[in-house]
Amino acid sequence: MIELLRVSKVFNQGRHNEYAAVREVSAVIATGRVTVIKGPSGSGKTTLLSLAGCMARPTSGRIWLREMRLPAGLGDGREVELSSLPERFLTGIRRGMFGVIFQQFNLIKGISALENVLLPAYPLGGDMAGLRRRGAGLLASLGMERQAASRVEWLSGGEAQRVAIARALINDPQVIMADEPTAHLDTALSREFMETVGRFRDEGRSVVIASHDPIVCGSPYVDSLIEMRDGDLTGQSAPTPPAP
Amino acid sequence: MTPGIARYRNILDFTLRAMLRRRGKNLLVLTLFTLVIAVFASILLFTRSLRHEAGLVLKEAPEIVVQRMVAGRHDLISAEHVARIASLPGVRGVAPRLWGYYFDPSANATFTLVVPPDGGIGEGKARIGVGVGRSRKLFRGNTLVMRGYDGREHALEIEALIPEESELVSSDLVIVSERDFRSLFSFPSGRATDLAVTVANPREVGTVAGKIAELLPDTRTVTRDDIIATYQALFDWRSGVMGLIFASALISFALFAWDRATGLSAEERRETGILKAIGWETADILLMKFSEGAVIALISFLGGCILAWLHLHFFWGSLFGAFLKGWSTLYPYFRLAPVIDPYNLAVLFMLTVPPYIAAILIPSWRAASMDPDTVMREQ
Repeated sequence: MIELLRVSKVFNQGRHNEYAAVREVSAVIATGRVTVIKGPSGSGKTTLLSLAGCMARPTSGRIWLREMRLPAGLGDGREVELSSLPERFLTGIRRGMFGVIFQQFNLIKGISALENVLLPAYPLGGDMAGLRRRGAGLLASLGMERQAASRVEWLSGGEAQRVAIARALINDPQVIMADEPTAHLDTALSREFMETVGRFRDEGRSVVIASHDPIVCGSPYVDSLIEMRDGDLTGQSAPTPPAP
Repeated sequence: MTPGIARYRNILDFTLRAMLRRRGKNLLVLTLFTLVIAVFASILLFTRSLRHEAGLVLKEAPEIVVQRMVAGRHDLISAEHVARIASLPGVRGVAPRLWGYYFDPSANATFTLVVPPDGGIGEGKARIGVGVGRSRKLFRGNTLVMRGYDGREHALEIEALIPEESELVSSDLVIVSERDFRSLFSFPSGRATDLAVTVANPREVGTVAGKIAELLPDTRTVTRDDIIATYQALFDWRSGVMGLIFASALISFALFAWDRATGLSAEERRETGILKAIGWETADILLMKFSEGAVIALISFLGGCILAWLHLHFFWGSLFGAFLKGWSTLYPYFRLAPVIDPYNLAVLFMLTVPPYIAAILIPSWRAASMDPDTVMREQ
């Protein structure tokens, strides 16, 4: 699980435009479950997602990874406290344990869908032929085999998202983080995305989604809700017990 | 393949593809950088080549030249002085020299006519420098016609072209026999243009020159050191001019590098943020940027050096040549052989390639050192 303890994030600290995006938030993200961070625009849900996904450091508070498969040499092998880790280790965790799907999908333009999918794997130094096979397999599993060689700027919103999903999966992460994943999708594609999320959960992955979309928040695949408003935690529902 | 090598290969692979995406921008940078290097390298090659030519000129120069002066002007010297100078202690040999200038209207150039000290050329024959051959379109076996002091034409058969070890030395030379020389200019017998003196002990050159000046008050002595000083002054002045050009080019390059260093484009920052967010380390991004900078800088360096060499070898430094060589249009055209100096190339490399790579790395390092979240939010 990911445990956040009295976590705050202040931007532009000490300047006239200083603001606290997240204030003293304590929450738990359960392993192998789907957790949605819910809240209106500006509530701090994306910032909380970034903090939990090692993409930003908290200004104060602590974040723990517990009962997860940690990269070799980190913590005692079962749990690690993130906020004090050097950048190199945080990157290793981000690369090995987390797959991220961004709101704008954040694909790199000018290269193909398959090349985008492979990007997170390059620094791991794997065999290129094997990587390409794996990337192509992931795209095929999402119905994107025909678009594998297409440049990403030619893809539709739904296709671009599937490329982003495949990219998030290339390093076989334990946790999938998604920021407003349905913001640019219609209802059918949003429901399809939540079904994909359900499959991730079935594979034993944890999924954390920041969203205020009712299709996401009300989805039967969601196990737990963390509610945010103006940077404060306003509620957290306990995760539903796993199906027997 | 070890993971380290595979990692580098994967990142390099992506870097090259990323560079192809920005084909236009990278080609522009490559072209600009290549031209800057070509200017630098041309100036360095040019300076080096001029110094090399000067070295060859000095190698042939006598230790002391004695010239007769009349009313402060150089005049012909009597051959009788040879014996008087030769009698001075420390003098090893004295040789009268016959040389002069001939303006050729058809070539619009001035040739230097020289009689070899050993007299090793027959009457009616001439050996010519490549510049003379080029300007008059003459080859071995052709006839060189020259107009004498009285307007009569003198026909000289071209025996050979002088090998071009240094065109600065030999380009304008016409080597003729003593008889032809005297007949062409009505040069009085028993007179020479000047006297070349060799000295037994090189450390006594100054003393011997002083004794000659004392013995023959109507002459002046020019030592090899004087010639070196004159050449030095000439080349220093030219080096100063080249220094100015060099400084201008360097400033342009610094501005160009500064422009690169002041920041990444929004697109590059976005990509840096994405790569960080999906698990690239700062070192991975720097490796990518280093490879990108190195590819551009090394290709530009190589291309610039080749362009500079071509400029000097095939176009004879025509961009700065007329100015830097400094000879009047009356001098026959001569080609400067490019002399490559590894030290100069190393200096050029250090002045251009590492600063350019640093200019690429610094803003990338700044962007890559931030939290990916911060980089993404700054878009």
